[in-house]
Amino acid sequence: MPKELTYLEAIREALIEEMQRDPKVFVLGEDVGPYGGAFGVTQGLHEMFGELRVMDTPISESAIVGISIGAALRGYRPVAEMQFADFISCGFDQITNQAATLRYRYGGRATVPIVVRAPSGGNVGGGLYHSQNPEGWFIHRPGLKVVAPSTAYDAKGLLKAAIRDDNPVVYFEHKYLYRRAKGPVPEGDELVPIGVAATRREGDDITLVTYGAMVTPSLEAADRLSKEGVEVEVIDLRSLMPFDKEALFRSVEKTNRALIVHEDVKTLGIGAELSAVLMEERFDHLDAPVLRVTYPDTHCPFSNILERANLPDADKIAEGLRRLAAY
Amino acid sequence: MPPIKRTKFKLALEQLLEMFYWLKLIRGFDERLSILVKQGKVRSGVYTGIGQEAIIVGTCFGLQKDDFVCPLHRDMGAFLMKGVDARTMMSQMFAKSTGLSKGRDSALHSGVTELGIFGNTSMLGANLPVAAGLALTFKMEQKPNVVVAYFGEGASNTGDFHEALNFAGVQRLPILFVCENNQYAYSVPLEKSMAIEDVADRAEGYGFDGVSINGNDVLAVYQATQGALARARSGEGPTLIECKTYRWHGHSEHDKAFYRTEEELAMWKSRDPIPTFTTYLKDLHALTDDKLKEIEGRVAATIDDALEFAMNAPDPKAEDATTDLYA
Repeated sequence: MPKELTYLEAIREALIEEMQRDPKVFVLGEDVGPYGGAFGVTQGLHEMFGELRVMDTPISESAIVGISIGAALRGYRPVAEMQFADFISCGFDQITNQAATLRYRYGGRATVPIVVRAPSGGNVGGGLYHSQNPEGWFIHRPGLKVVAPSTAYDAKGLLKAAIRDDNPVVYFEHKYLYRRAKGPVPEGDELVPIGVAATRREGDDITLVTYGAMVTPSLEAADRLSKEGVEVEVIDLRSLMPFDKEALFRSVEKTNRALIVHEDVKTLGIGAELSAVLMEERFDHLDAPVLRVTYPDTHCPFSNILERANLPDADKIAEGLRRLAAY
Repeated sequence: MPPIKRTKFKLALEQLLEMFYWLKLIRGFDERLSILVKQGKVRSGVYTGIGQEAIIVGTCFGLQKDDFVCPLHRDMGAFLMKGVDARTMMSQMFAKSTGLSKGRDSALHSGVTELGIFGNTSMLGANLPVAAGLALTFKMEQKPNVVVAYFGEGASNTGDFHEALNFAGVQRLPILFVCENNQYAYSVPLEKSMAIEDVADRAEGYGFDGVSINGNDVLAVYQATQGALARARSGEGPTLIECKTYRWHGHSEHDKAFYRTEEELAMWKSRDPIPTFTTYLKDLHALTDDKLKEIEGRVAATIDDALEFAMNAPDPKAEDATTDLYA
């Protein structure tokens, strides 16, 4: 039986393997050192690699990213941890104005191989500042790549790919999945390429596009619809920028219907872009409007009742699928 | 705080004349750019450092090839002294394909890693965390190289300033923070943006030395720099040198600078770094009338050549508006 790891262990294993493979890879962030990270992702790394390669920093998100950029200019491959994705706003300028523009304004004569790890997502009782899904901000900024794995396999394979990528990559790891998602992981130099989606379930009637922690409830909803005679194809984007347009088109050409599910808020979330792309480039294949099931345009509340009201779940997704099937 | 030790230095006459050449070239370059803006030949993005040249010459003179500089928008001289030729810099100002950013941005928002130059964005202070990252790699490699990072007194009010200097202090990084205190953050005078007189005082809060010096005296700047560089190269950590100076022109060439008085400007013009140094060199009999004429001729020829090159250089191709976003 192949080795199985949790999503969190898979991230740690990717870090360890890449640090062993390439002495230019190092980790920095708040509490990543002897403490092992707020969630334990970097546990044991400090002992293995020492304090210059597993570096505790002050509470200085902007500097964490800026330092990473400086090191990357000298050939390093830093992996910066934002303790929570919510805190990434404090490093926003360095990511969007410094890292994202650097190659462009250097006339193509520089690369910025940094990874910014951002533990994101709700359903963990985190409240307003420990639950957010800010991926939309970064998808919107040319020069950045954005990934969001849903399985242990992808968590490892995508992180390794992100570390080896010569561009700045924002890596959204979903906190709800840390210890709940478990499975086999790629070994050795096997990567999960950035920009390639995975089909998690095949079906001919509706295409459901999602990623991250929304994959599991999407599959559950698809199973329910199957009992109602509707076969749903579930595509896990894995990479949000660049996203796998071809996989999306292939599926929609077959199903002629698309539902987009994400935990990010609705307005100008990636669903808006996917919907627009389908309209522009596959209008003739659509038999129904592209629908979305997303977080409403509000904040991430602390109360379980309030949060559940906001989070998409299998019920809400199934409802969206039924509305789409009725067209 | 222990006083910064006076550093003895000895410069050969040829070196003093070389410093003089750089002062004249940087002044001449900026003056020419100012005229070109008025003639409508350069579109915008010209922020001269006229009046502040002694800071760049005093800090860049004698830097090693692998040392890094992180210049500001007024620090054309740092690019030139670190090895970018005048043709390339003039092309940059003319948005030509032969410029550093191939027409994608004006001014000094670019860099050349091989020459040890990191140019900032328009977000003042945002270069400082990147500078700290560069310095961190020198520490990791135990290389005796340094980073010279420039900022204005205005940028010392940003969060990035605090985060970078704090981190540099904690890690004892080989870095020299050079404040170009030119009295105004665009239009806001010093006393409206900070409650202390000397930016150098801020260093104490980060656990390293800060010193305020006459930024219009090239040898004073050079002397302070040599002391700080020696400390940084031998692992004794960062230093902040605050150079008091004044910018003669407005914030940009479009700024009429009505927020200051003629008397104030006249007073600072009487402290012009170039005549002071000219007199010093003449007293040493290092600068004869013939030598002065020769240097002035060389400066004019370099600028004329750069201008002719830039004006005749190819424009960027329209398709390059969307290239070099990703490696």
